[in-house]
Amino acid sequence: MNAQATAPLITTSATTPGWGDATVIPILRERGQREVFCGLTGIIWLHRKIQDAFFLVVGSRTCAHLIQSAAGVMIFAEPRFATAIIDERDLAGLADCNEELDRIVNQLLARRPDIRLLFLVGSCPSEVIKLDLSRASARLSKKFSPDVRVLNYSGSGIETTFTQGEDACLASLVPDLPASPSDAPTALMVVGSLADVVEDQFIRLFAALNIGPVRFFPPRHATDLPPVGANTRYLLAQPFLADTARALEERGAKRIDAPFPLGVEGTTAWLKAAANVWGVSEATFDTATASAHERATRAVARYREELSGKRVFFFPDSQLEIPLARFLARELGVELVEVGTPFLHKQHLARELELLPKGVQLSEGQHVENQLDRCRAAKPDLVVCGLGLANPLEAEGMTTKWSIELVFTPIQGYDQAADLAELFARPLVRRMRLVA
Amino acid sequence: MQLTIWTYEGPPHVGAMRVATAMEGLHYVLHAPQGDTYADLLFTMIERNGKRPPVTYTTFQARDLGSDTAELFKTAARDAYLRFKPQAMIVGASCTAELIQDDPGGLSKALNLPIPVIPLELPSYQRKENYGASETFYQIVRALASPSARVPRAEGKRPRCNLLGPTALGFRHRDDVREITQLLNQLGIDINVVAPLGATPADITRLGEAEFNVVMYPETASQAAQWLTRTFAQPATKIVPIGVGATRDFIAEVAKLVNVDTSTVLNGAPSRATWYAKSVDSTYLTSKRVFVFGDATHAVAAARIAKEEMGFTVVGIGTYSREFAREVREAAKIYGVEALITDDYLEVEAKVAELQPELVLGTQMERHIAKRFGVPCAVISAPVHVQDFPARYSPQMGFEGASVLFDTWVHPLMMGLEEHLIGMFRGDNEFHADAAPSHLGGANKPMQNTTPVPITTTAPMGASATAPAAANVASWATEAEKELNKIPFFVRGKARRNTERFANERGVSTITVETLYDAKAHFSR
Repeated sequence: MNAQATAPLITTSATTPGWGDATVIPILRERGQREVFCGLTGIIWLHRKIQDAFFLVVGSRTCAHLIQSAAGVMIFAEPRFATAIIDERDLAGLADCNEELDRIVNQLLARRPDIRLLFLVGSCPSEVIKLDLSRASARLSKKFSPDVRVLNYSGSGIETTFTQGEDACLASLVPDLPASPSDAPTALMVVGSLADVVEDQFIRLFAALNIGPVRFFPPRHATDLPPVGANTRYLLAQPFLADTARALEERGAKRIDAPFPLGVEGTTAWLKAAANVWGVSEATFDTATASAHERATRAVARYREELSGKRVFFFPDSQLEIPLARFLARELGVELVEVGTPFLHKQHLARELELLPKGVQLSEGQHVENQLDRCRAAKPDLVVCGLGLANPLEAEGMTTKWSIELVFTPIQGYDQAADLAELFARPLVRRMRLVA
Repeated sequence: MQLTIWTYEGPPHVGAMRVATAMEGLHYVLHAPQGDTYADLLFTMIERNGKRPPVTYTTFQARDLGSDTAELFKTAARDAYLRFKPQAMIVGASCTAELIQDDPGGLSKALNLPIPVIPLELPSYQRKENYGASETFYQIVRALASPSARVPRAEGKRPRCNLLGPTALGFRHRDDVREITQLLNQLGIDINVVAPLGATPADITRLGEAEFNVVMYPETASQAAQWLTRTFAQPATKIVPIGVGATRDFIAEVAKLVNVDTSTVLNGAPSRATWYAKSVDSTYLTSKRVFVFGDATHAVAAARIAKEEMGFTVVGIGTYSREFAREVREAAKIYGVEALITDDYLEVEAKVAELQPELVLGTQMERHIAKRFGVPCAVISAPVHVQDFPARYSPQMGFEGASVLFDTWVHPLMMGLEEHLIGMFRGDNEFHADAAPSHLGGANKPMQNTTPVPITTTAPMGASATAPAAANVASWATEAEKELNKIPFFVRGKARRNTERFANERGVSTITVETLYDAKAHFSR
């Protein structure tokens, strides 16, 4: 592991001259212990988003324990997720894994007749023993059709990092999307889980821009899948959807290149990219966005005082780090010490990378011990990191913001821009308020 | 395969982490896929540890499976040694790494590290967290405890003992250690080593210096203590001092082992709980029906306290730890009930629904179950939650622990005098069901439409045993509904539920005042 720690800096070029005229951004790539969640964690927000879907993890007690712990321990009466725990009988071949899985799915569907869409979610153990969940889901889908559709994806840690679980889940849904008719007019699809309140705001903005029809993916109900075809133009609402994007393109959809709708600038650029496709005039665009834009700018400005000049260090977590760093740097005057991300999709993040300040240190992957050493040496004002690191760093005297909150909180769009700024300002304000 | 929604215990390697994190100077190298690092947050968030657990994970990914995961493990172990310089290391695999069979024990042996490296074999597909903690502690003790430490007590020296079992993420372990240390010190006994909590590998080598071992938590310490008895002829205590009675028994047991004077400690009234339970305000606690569920140690102790020290009636007892099913079954016999041995929380929920207790003593899971049924609940056992690590001193063991338990259990119940007064004034203008609180200006009635919703109509999900089909639910006659509203709000939900159940079971379609009182008579015990 340490052998790779001294790996040479690999450079990547960001094409257009952006802010600070950055043309070359160095990326530090390290391999070592990765202090990140696996893709199963995505179930925690996905099961809230798609309200008639159920997620059945086929895995070990560790998987069940992870989801339970990450969900904040036992919040819901009966959650729409569960684990089929593989035991020694399955491994020793005393029980047929497929028969066992069928038995459990029967048991589950008997108890929860409200389920319309069932995901069989692969885990590290199911991958390693090569349990074929795609065959299982095809078999079960046939059995329970048309009442229940059964799909599968992998949320395993060996395949996916945290938010990549959502990517895998959505990608598994794409083949099931209805095909739009060949003569259908150009339609917009917004891809990536957003809070319902944020979706509703965007629906109003797109309506004011005369952009439509607009559909969101994932939908709130499994029975309401958006159609896809050559007429589909899609906007990514989240930066971690590489496989989903690829699957959509295979169905004929085309991506609208844009930064991500974080902060006032990001939201404007994101909406503008769609407006350009629909040929919306500058005047219409300005009229439609002016009040939200003005309101958001005013609200964000309040936090500029608290955050301006502060030095921020990002540990890798959700792949949202680069858009977040861009927002902090450009709208709040934050100085970026290091921006770590688990995986950097250069194409989807091209518009973001060109907006980053010149010379910013990016890192991809992780060697957590080395990164902690760098963080301690840099003494940033604020460290954005996972829950495993936050309290230990606080105990060392640093101020931290837990990154998982950035995934669970509505942060996209104009009316959430100030909320997003506040999430970063709060730990700093708190540190100042506490006397002892 | 087993369908699991919530689990009481994590996998065995989390048990190993609880031991490693409790100790100082020990490092755990865990062969595990990316994502298994989630376990760190149990310690840093739930227990608010200011230090990361001393665990290095290999966090392998799919691409590593194609190349060399064994090499990855060796690099991780070597780096961990160089970076953390521990006195000893434990090495093992999580569930996925167990499948790829890289043999962390053998690999680390090949590294020739200059410290003891203890391999752990924790079968992830058969066993669970407490087993993992117990086995890990046992392996550490076996590998490190030195027989040369055995020396007879010098004349005039105080006897010494070890406190075994407290771990990280334990239910009040930190405070129990302090309480039991004080108690033993008062008895004239010194503590040799507390382990695993706060012990270094060097401390483990000194275990043999003690005359006996106190097994605080049999779930984690029995196995190690038995080995110490066999190997070093160190006797071990059997009684867990939770509750006044058990604490007295524990003192007697200790006195027998090392012949100390117990009179100063036992004389007087060492726990306020004893007097509080006798005081007249506690009369209302008489025969309250309680359901007890938790790990075996805490469940058995809680049931005894409930019966002997609170005057409750134990209507059910159970545990999720199958390893200790025998102990809980024995205890159940005392109360004339059948023990519920399960790690399926839905079964526990069904049992609570069936028994309709007035108080649940359980884990965080039972707290949620009880909340859905509108039954008061106090938490007595792991699995832990951030609330189980209060800032204040709050032991479960010893005489102070007994007082803590009294407060904790009585708190969710209505105080006796309060209960009496509400009963007395329930017909009063100011206190009737729909009256706004007089101190908030009785004129407006903000509570009117929000009265007793939580516990009445909605049948809890999953408890199919008690959820009658919505179609044939009896309806309430206006008069009966009025009568129901005269019942104090905190028992009204139960009265409504019981009456509806009574009516439905008898095919009564309209509930009258008569039905209400018939049901009351039927259910009164």
